Amino acid sequence: MAQTAAQHGITAHTEGAWDATPIQTRSERFTSAEVADFAEVSGLESVWKFTPVKELQDLFNSELDGSRDNISVDASAGVKVAWVPVATSNRGVAGLPEERGAANAWSRAEEVLEAHITGENQTLTLSRSALDKLPRAAHTVITAAPHASGIIVLRNTGDAQLSENVEIVLGDGADLTVVSVQQWSNDAKHLSSHYASVGRDASLKHIVVSLGGAIVRVNPSIHLNAEGGSIDALGAYFSTSGQHIEQQVYIDHDAPHTRSRVTYKGALRGEGARSVWIGDVLIRQSATGTDSYEQNRNLVLSDGTRADSIPNLEIETGDIAGAGHASATGRFDDEQLFYLMARGITEEEARRLVVRGFLLEVINQIGDDSLEDELRVAIEEAIESDLSNS
Amino acid sequence: MTSVLEIKDLHVSVETEQGTKQILRGVDLVIRQGEIHAVMGPNGSGKSTLAHTIAGHPRYTVDSGEILLDGEDVLEMSVDERARAGLFLAMQYPVEIPGVTNSNFLRTAKTAIDGEAPSIRTWVKDVKQAMENLRMDSSFAERNVNEGFSGGEKKRNEILQLELLKPKFAVLDETDSGLDVDALKIVSEGVNRAKENTGLGLLLITHYTRILRYIKPDFVHVFVNGKVAEQGGPELADRLEEEGYDRYLVGA
Repeated sequence: MAQTAAQHGITAHTEGAWDATPIQTRSERFTSAEVADFAEVSGLESVWKFTPVKELQDLFNSELDGSRDNISVDASAGVKVAWVPVATSNRGVAGLPEERGAANAWSRAEEVLEAHITGENQTLTLSRSALDKLPRAAHTVITAAPHASGIIVLRNTGDAQLSENVEIVLGDGADLTVVSVQQWSNDAKHLSSHYASVGRDASLKHIVVSLGGAIVRVNPSIHLNAEGGSIDALGAYFSTSGQHIEQQVYIDHDAPHTRSRVTYKGALRGEGARSVWIGDVLIRQSATGTDSYEQNRNLVLSDGTRADSIPNLEIETGDIAGAGHASATGRFDDEQLFYLMARGITEEEARRLVVRGFLLEVINQIGDDSLEDELRVAIEEAIESDLSNS
Repeated sequence: MTSVLEIKDLHVSVETEQGTKQILRGVDLVIRQGEIHAVMGPNGSGKSTLAHTIAGHPRYTVDSGEILLDGEDVLEMSVDERARAGLFLAMQYPVEIPGVTNSNFLRTAKTAIDGEAPSIRTWVKDVKQAMENLRMDSSFAERNVNEGFSGGEKKRNEILQLELLKPKFAVLDETDSGLDVDALKIVSEGVNRAKENTGLGLLLITHYTRILRYIKPDFVHVFVNGKVAEQGGPELADRLEEEGYDRYLVGA
């Protein structure tokens, strides 16, 4: 008896071409700056399938407020910061949206905050602390001149319902650290797409620290499109009851002798605590001699949590120096607890030490003492407030 | 008052995939502060089980018997309570704790054991001195606990904790295994120094007689099949060195 595929419940989902090419290479993913070019988000799309999309409909579909947002700027002498109307801005230099949330922000933003860094050891801090709960769009472009160096901190606290695009362009030989810290209020929603373009022999350290907010999704796409470029992509997150913390990291090796290291570590505790990490590494045919490694580790502290961890590695050339990936999600290591308790440390204190140590392993790699200290305190506060609530 | 650690008719089992396995079958030992007891025996005789049971490792179930520290029921205490009561286990396989520096760990442990934070000035000096004595580079203070340490470095780190935490009784679980002669001497010196300074009692668990050249036992107990098969003075160790464990295993 003839049966159709539909009778078996087999149907293509919205992205189409499902029956022709079941696996889509990351390089062929559709990009556009126009929100209208993307279908409405159903949650079946591969970029959205782990995200609570129902709660993000305003960010996908509404007329986001794209006016200048309330952001405070603290910059050293070699950093020029200006609001520029989108028409005359240089946006689009590092990438384009791959999904509707980012495209809606792109389409609605009216002005771009542009920061240009020249000279060495520069600092720039962009702080948002006084947004409201209305849906809004933002766009930031950070450019580093050849051989410029410095640390950029994007600090996010308070209320928010924000979709933003952040572009980062490193000139040849530039050496930049970009840290995005999310310590939003409990009901904040934040979609953030970072696009980086790394110049010849330039080196980017990109760090995402997500601790506070209801839905926080920061997706860095790093393009190593000039020879000798290097990226260290680091992340630390702590998801507690009712929180969804997500990051989709894309490393695009598109030039010889490029190097990438991706390390994301997260802890989860409480009913409904969620985290998602997707790590795509693409090593194109052009990227001979590439050296790459990505890993995600999750520490599960209670029942009722869910951590999705999906590493993907696509290699199009046989001539690479190294490529590897690792993913592990587990509970407390009983032997670690035993060791600490056998030295007189109480179980509660031992657990705190292990979680703190687990997350600080990422923070300790930032390479800036005062920022490391500050983030250590932030992580300790997150752990303390979680323990006092549990 | 001289403290005393008593182990009375101890029976211990573990859960394995093949079911419950009895390991200790009636162990009796009395250790007074200031004494050194060597527990020797072939692999699988239950030596490490005894060490872990004294420290309270959750994997081991005490079926019957007692462990008393100055008359207090040790088996009623949690792992950390035992440590605060004055028991110390130098582990055979010390674990790595990522992201926790050795110095933070040592200070946290010292604070827990003493019930108050050590005075910063003397503490820093004490740690530095203890590390120098064990020929540990000062960089070990800022490295994560045991992370990337060699086997010998991990054992030194155990003895560093022994010297700084100053327990009443220490169980050394095959601390000599995997050490070359130089490291063995350094570690043994540390143990002897700790005993000299604090007068602690020691339960030295070892497969080999080698470490007993550097740490002189007052008593030697031979463990076979979960029980003490023979005990005596240091001369028993000499005999074991010559004859090995074979004569205990015949007909076992």
